[in-house]
Amino acid sequence: MYDFVTQFGPLWGALASVGQILGFIVVLLLSLAYLLLMDRKVWAAVQLRKGPNTVGAFGLLQSFADFIKFVVKEIVVPAGADRPLFLLAPLLTFIFAFITWAVIPVAPGWVISDLNVGILYIFAISSLGVYGIIIGGWASNSKYPFLGSLRSAAQMVSYEVSIGFVLVTILVMAGTMNLTTLVDAQAGGFWNWHVLSFDMLPWPAFLITIPMFVIFFISALAETNRPPFDLPEAESELVAGYQVEYSSTPYLLFMIGEYLNIVLMCALMTVLFFGGWHAPFDIAPFTWIPPVFWFAIKVVFFFFMFAMVKALVPRYRYDQLMRLGWKIFLPTSLAAVFVMAGIVVYTNAGQAI
Amino acid sequence: MLEAAAFYITAAVAVLSALMVVFARNPVRAVLFLILAFFAAAGLFVLQGAEFLAMILVIVYVGAVAVLFLFVVMMLDIDFAVLKAGVTANAPIGGLVALVLAAMLALTGFAWIESETAAANLQSPTPADMTNVAALGDIIYERYVLFFQLAGLVLLVAMIGAIVLTLRHREGVKRQDMHRQVNRTREEAVEVVDVKSGEGIG
Amino acid sequence: MNRIAQTLRGAALLDFWGAFALGMRYFFKKKPTINYPFEKGRLSPRFRGQHALRRYANGEERCIACKLCEAVCPAQAITIEAEPREDGSRRTTRYDIDMVKCIYCGFCAEACPVDAIVEGPNFEFAVETREELYYDKEKLLDNGDRWEREIARNLELDARYR
Repeated sequence: MYDFVTQFGPLWGALASVGQILGFIVVLLLSLAYLLLMDRKVWAAVQLRKGPNTVGAFGLLQSFADFIKFVVKEIVVPAGADRPLFLLAPLLTFIFAFITWAVIPVAPGWVISDLNVGILYIFAISSLGVYGIIIGGWASNSKYPFLGSLRSAAQMVSYEVSIGFVLVTILVMAGTMNLTTLVDAQAGGFWNWHVLSFDMLPWPAFLITIPMFVIFFISALAETNRPPFDLPEAESELVAGYQVEYSSTPYLLFMIGEYLNIVLMCALMTVLFFGGWHAPFDIAPFTWIPPVFWFAIKVVFFFFMFAMVKALVPRYRYDQLMRLGWKIFLPTSLAAVFVMAGIVVYTNAGQAI
Repeated sequence: MLEAAAFYITAAVAVLSALMVVFARNPVRAVLFLILAFFAAAGLFVLQGAEFLAMILVIVYVGAVAVLFLFVVMMLDIDFAVLKAGVTANAPIGGLVALVLAAMLALTGFAWIESETAAANLQSPTPADMTNVAALGDIIYERYVLFFQLAGLVLLVAMIGAIVLTLRHREGVKRQDMHRQVNRTREEAVEVVDVKSGEGIG
Repeated sequence: MNRIAQTLRGAALLDFWGAFALGMRYFFKKKPTINYPFEKGRLSPRFRGQHALRRYANGEERCIACKLCEAVCPAQAITIEAEPREDGSRRTTRYDIDMVKCIYCGFCAEACPVDAIVEGPNFEFAVETREELYYDKEKLLDNGDRWEREIARNLELDARYR
């Protein structure tokens, strides 16, 4: 982005960067529309249904029909609600979901902002995501949203801890917090991906990284309020949790923000563990596919896994959720941090971070 | 130019939101303005080139501590009439304290000049060839490792103390033992009894 | 020992992989979904849908205003008023069914001695206002004329079980 300013001068450079960001957002939203459709189709298939198939061929335009429907509906603000905060909450969710994408590298050089503390940035912004939910729940001035938002705040803060430790293991071993460098270190074939090995620790690394990946995956489910951890919206007990009072465009913003966070988590798994844009084999038929498609394929695969988990696993009870987060994931990931740091110090390889 | 503008905007947001923390009528809004102030402070850190500190500020204060604040404040049922009852009675003393504090702040702010050699006398200037993450780690874990660990220990003691003070063991509480539940077999759970007609199990 | 085995099984996500395999088997199964407005499921001859008043083949309405249906209706959705006609036969002047009250129990059709009031196979009669669901005699007779073929067939198919 900074390159544009040096290349085209301040005015045209700024315009070019804005154009780049807008283009990225449009691509993101379009792919989100189809990922949403895929989500619904996957659940439908597992439940022996066909899913949306009426709007457009095979239901391909379903998401856009839903979009129009949401936008033209009336915005209902409940009496006694804190109006500015009520409308601010979905905006917060939406904006935080988008700005995290600024540091995700989707292909060599294709990144909006190549921060050298990229991982921390993602972690910081995703920890802000809880505000949209908690403010929305409180501003609704209603019981179920409030209960939902309290649950969600506790849940997201708890699972952020284990996500944080998993990120720490990765950045300790990789020796960088820049996501582009992190992906570049995983070039050359799937055996170089961080889920299987690191430069400094080729083979026994998978004994730690595979459990770390599992913890990251499950914590990502909890962090994005996806089933089996969808307690904030638990439709059987809390109606729809913090979204009860929302309708029309604010609800749409919540939904987009939520799904964008899910896709972001898929992208993070791709970047941190599964080699980002690199092909699994560095030979001819695989290298013909452009890097950005490899990235997309991996993201779609993880999204498929998210959808399958929603279709298969029953919802956790709240105390079980807390037990899993604090008593299992936290000690395990903490132990992994210790072991990884010990290895780094022992091999004396972590000279430069 | 751009950096100066960014600085003034962020600083103005920080100051205004800090003022709003005090003046907001609704405590939840006050906490939200506090969060905005944290956020603006993080922005100031970024402008200073301390992006690691900025991210840590956002993660720790905005992402965790302020959420707990919000949590507590939301659940409190605060009656403003009671809170505001003593305002006029205590106003003179409060005003005096505020005036003294403001005067002190003004003194430190204006009656103070930076010496020529101050920059050179810095305890730990950021080395030019290091990122500031590495520089920070170098200071904390090399030069001040003892103090850092001691500070951590103090926090640990405080945490354990808080837990010990508030933890109560209650008798007769049924708890869930997941392993026992999962490993329960049919043999343990079901007993087949041949009940004679007219007698019952007894 | 058992606890360790249990922990390892949980850590390996064995439960999830089993469920995943099952889910994938269902994923590729043929879907039984009926594409509703274009394809419809088979209805039983006993299906109790929208009401209809039938006529004889010569066009005379069957209803003799015995009011058995009004009496048996558990939701009291039926209102009948009757007067002798000029030719001396007893006919209804008013036959209203409040379709909002109706619970589609089919007692009216069971009670009817002349098979005049029946519940036909039509279930797609959603309307936009409540008033349109207060059916009068004209509407019911019209339903009867429109659905007579299906109703007669259903009655015939079901006749041997009565």
